[in-house]
This record gives sequence, structure tokens and C-alpha cells, in this order.
Amino acid sequence: MHLTVKLFATYREGRFEIADLEHPDGSTVGSLLDALAIPRAELGFVLVQGRHVELDTPLAANTTVSIFPKVGGG
Amino acid sequence: MENILRINLSAEGGPKTSLEPIGKYAGLGGRGLTSCIVADEVDPLCAPLGAANKLVFAPGLLSATPATTSSRLSVGCKSPLTGGIKESNAGGQPATVLAKLNYAAIILEGRTPGTDLWKIIIGADGVSFEKCNELRGLGNYDTVAKLVEQHGEENAFMTIGQAGEMKLGAASIACTDRELRPTRHLGRGGVGAVMGSKNIKAFVLKEKDARYAKAKDPVKFKAASLAFAEGLKRHAVTGQGLPAYGTNVLTNVLNEAGAYPTNNFHTGQFAGASKISGETLAALETERGGEATHGCQKGCVIQCSGIFHDKDGKYLTKQPEYETVWAHGGNCGIDDLDAIALLDRMDDDFGLDTIETGVTIGVAMEAGLIKFGDAQGAIRLVKEIGAGTPLGKILGSGAGVTGKVFGVERVPVVKNQALPAYDPRGVQGIGVTYATTTQGADHTAGYAIATNILKVGGFVDPLGTAGQVELSRNLQIATAAVDSTGLCLFIAFPILDQPDTFQSLLDLLNSFYGLNLTGDDVTALGKKVLKAERDFNTRAGFGPAQDRLPEFFQKEKLAPHNVTFNVTNEDLDTVFNF
Repeated sequence: MHLTVKLFATYREGRFEIADLEHPDGSTVGSLLDALAIPRAELGFVLVQGRHVELDTPLAANTTVSIFPKVGGG
Repeated sequence: MENILRINLSAEGGPKTSLEPIGKYAGLGGRGLTSCIVADEVDPLCAPLGAANKLVFAPGLLSATPATTSSRLSVGCKSPLTGGIKESNAGGQPATVLAKLNYAAIILEGRTPGTDLWKIIIGADGVSFEKCNELRGLGNYDTVAKLVEQHGEENAFMTIGQAGEMKLGAASIACTDRELRPTRHLGRGGVGAVMGSKNIKAFVLKEKDARYAKAKDPVKFKAASLAFAEGLKRHAVTGQGLPAYGTNVLTNVLNEAGAYPTNNFHTGQFAGASKISGETLAALETERGGEATHGCQKGCVIQCSGIFHDKDGKYLTKQPEYETVWAHGGNCGIDDLDAIALLDRMDDDFGLDTIETGVTIGVAMEAGLIKFGDAQGAIRLVKEIGAGTPLGKILGSGAGVTGKVFGVERVPVVKNQALPAYDPRGVQGIGVTYATTTQGADHTAGYAIATNILKVGGFVDPLGTAGQVELSRNLQIATAAVDSTGLCLFIAFPILDQPDTFQSLLDLLNSFYGLNLTGDDVTALGKKVLKAERDFNTRAGFGPAQDRLPEFFQKEKLAPHNVTFNVTNEDLDTVFNF
């Protein structure tokens, strides 16, 4: 399936800012992290279409996935 | 920090000082101390710009120690902006110097007769007062430069710019940073106007011969200091994200989450967000020879700030914070970092709260004075504030006044204080904090973004109503306690996630002061502070009607999630049930 993937902050180092990717149908958020070599334990949070999802949330085709390390400010 | 310095500006023959033991306020610092003193001593019905109001400065409990990240200074008064109690806090060097001079608080009361401007010089050798009419009309940068000429570099300074002299509702008090630049501001609620109303232009805080007091248990204190600093470095937010990208890392976060208030809270995403994001800002700072990682105070291990150079590679301002980049950027449809940095510099120089000022410009855009996205127009309007033109004085009085003058319906204020950089429809928990905090709309009073968006301290769905009141309540209590320690609020990220770092914080307090505080005592402290503040506001005439968001947040849906603010009034009224 087709996904638009956005990476932020330290996750861009050695990867990309935004990319259109093909990913196996029926896979989960966690499997996408694995494919991007982002350790699950270091994850901050993931948004799909601007909504928070969990590692075991199934991905839907033609969505935007935004992946953040642990960040904060304010 | 055993003494309270009281300065009576109305005394016959010139300002008089008296020294009082901390007495019944022992165990309080920072916000806890300013709020309890204001609640005890200031008539809630007084005119905020009159002689009866008092301006109380207090370093935090740990500002008296070399513990990292502990030089936050609180200032309290009755706010001329909100009409309620105000506590505003800032980093920089003044808290450390005041604490090393053994002052738990300085109470400024009365008002000097006549129109002379004064500076107050405080050092190990005593307190003195000098007229300083030569500083009249100067911005904070020129004011501090003159003060350095007169008093040397071994000082910290607190000053007001033109906005404070004009007693405007958005006026701040500037605190100098490590480089003696007036970049760290006691920003919110018009505290600069209160200082101006008392004819005080500047404080000179002399570090010469000022020394840290000894910890009751130096061995345990040293161990706690090391463990606490290690905990801050270990957590990804304080150890990596904030140093590398600063607070502005949040631009992309809130924009992706659809809760980034754009064009005066019309929509939740901004097309130009990536151009003004923390990632872009840090790269630009590095490219131009500035710094992407810089501390606002000595000894801070987080180093969330930076140095912004202009296109010619010359210093322009410190790294603008997320709220500033948002207020002057996305909130006004502006995606030009150079324009935003210049506005930050102007705000710091005139002595203006960047949130109130940016939101005011957004309201002016809503009114049609200039168009959304007009960066040069925004710069021109802020210049009018510094120049004190009639239009500038209206704008400098804040978003609420500006909305009234220009007949604007959509004015994002609570208790007449401008909303910060998170749309309460996209992050319902922060909406509860905006509505109910004693301070007027203030994200720092109970930073629900941590749990609603960043998944720090758990997760509560930002678009739902479930759990938001409890989340905001617990955060407001914890924050009131942290704001009393002198520690920067960013330590909340590691202490929410790492129990051992929270224990290190308790160990710092206990070993320095010879106490046996537990987590329950910290909660009790937070509740005590909030109750004192809430009681002041009640006596000032505030009730449930003041604990509400503007109507449009309940009526207009925010794109892209098409959601209104849905926490009920009945639920808002339970936040202070503790």
C-alpha cells in the first residue's frame, strides 16, 4: 500500500523529512518503524492523519504517517 | 534565603528598606512565596497600577544552590491585564544573584512621588536608590548597555522598556541572561506596567561577594545534584530534543496534530509551518554562525535556547521560543523566520510579552488593520507600540482591548489574557487549563500537551473529554509546586517519566534545607499555592463566569479534525475540588 511518511527532529538524521513509500498491505505501525530502523523503545509518538495511534494499529492505504521521537517544549 | 527585603517607595524622604525574617513563609519560594505574600498583603480590589499594589520578586527554593536549571525567578502582583493574581516567571541570572544575597523575596510597595525614574541597586554591601532619568524612553537593550557602563559586568539586571514606562497591559520585565542581554522575560500579565507605575526602571543586582549558602547535608546534596542532572540528560526531551531544536520543536508537532492555531485560531494547520519549525530554525542558526544550543542561565544542562543571527551573520536575538514563533508566525499567517526573529527582538527591547503581542497582532489582522501574512505590516504595528502612538498604546494594551476597540468577535483571551500556542479544540486538556487557571490563559499553568500530545506522563486522547479535568487539575497542582522550587518547568518531562529523577528533586530540597519532604508534601504545597491564588481571585470578584473559554471555541469547528471545545461548564467548575 501507498503511504506518505513524515519524520521529525532526530529521526531525520540519516533518513528523510518526507517520503512516499510502499509498505505491505495489512501491516501495522510497528512494522513501519522496523522498516525505517526506528527502535520501538525510543519512540515518542505516531500520528496517522493527525490522530495518535499505537504500535499495533493497522495502517490504512493512502494515509499520512507522522513519526516523532520523544520531544517537548512549551 | 532567610530574609525578606521590603522596599517602601512612598516613604517620607525617599525609599526606605526594612529586612524581615522569612518567618511564617519558611518552606516557600518562587511562585509559592509571591502568591502567598500577594494574597496576604495586597487588597484584591486595589487599582493594579496604584500605590496599593505590590510587586513581589522571589527566587525559587533551589535558586540558592548550584543545582542545575534552578535559576527561575517569580514575580507576583495584582495583574493590570487580568485583574486577578499574577505570577510570571523567567530564567536568566537574577534569581541566582538574589538567592546568593540571601533574599527569599523582595517586596516593592508604594510608589515614589513625582515623575523621576529610579533604579534600585542591591548587593552584599546593602541597598541603594538612584534617580535614572537618563534611561527614560530607552529600550531594554540600551538600558542594560548604559547600566553595564555605570555598574560593570558583574551584575544581573531587571529592567523595563518603553512598554513598562507606558504602563501597558502587555508590558514585561526583562531579566538578563549569561551574556547580559535582556532576553528572558517575566512576560505575562502586565508585570512590567506595575514596575513602571512605581517609577522603577531598573534593578541592579550585584553578584560581587554574593555566595551560595551551605547545604545542611553537603554530601547528600552533591549526590542529589549529580543524580538530578544525570536524570535530565538521560531523558530524551531534556537530554536531546530541547538542546538540539529548542522549544520550537513543537511547531511541527502541533501542526501535524491539527492543533496549531493559525490565522487567529481560524484553523488547526498552517501551510508554512515547516518553514518556521524548530528543525529549520536550528539549521539556520548554525548556518549563520549563531548557536542552536545555548543556556539562558549558568549551569543549566538542558540548554534549550540558542543564538539567532541575521542575514549578515550579526547577533539579532536569542532563539525565539515556540510560543513566540507561533504568536508572530502561524497565528498571523507569517512564515518568515527573519521577520519573526526581528519581532522577538523588538518585543524584548520594548519589553513586551511575545504571546500577548503576537495574539494582539492576530486580532488586528482579524479586524482588517493589516492582512494575515503581512510580515512588514506586523513589524510596523509593533513599532507603533514602542513609539507610543495612540494605535500603539491600544495594541500594547493586549488582545482583549484591541478586540474591543476594533469590534472583533473572535478574541482568544481568558480573564483578558491571550491564549498561547495550542488550540483548545485540538487539545481539550489545555483548554481546561486555559479556562480555569488563576492566571488567565496560560499553557504553563498545567501543561496538558505533555499527556494529550507528547505521550509524556501517560496518554489522554486530546480530542476527547474523558480524563481532561483530572489531568489539568493534577498538572496545575504539580506545576504550582515546581514553580516554587526555582527549577525550570521542563524538568517536569523527566520527573513525570522517571521516578528516580523525582526522588532526586526531593533529595535536593531535603539535603539542602534539612527536611524530610515526600511526594505528598509536594502535592500539598501545590494545593496550598493554588488555594491562595484562587482565594485572591474570588475576593477580586472572579467566579465561574471567568473560568470559561471565549464562545467561539464552543461554536466554531476546528479543521482538520472538525471539533469544538466540548468539556462542559459543570466539569470545568470541578477543577478546584480538592
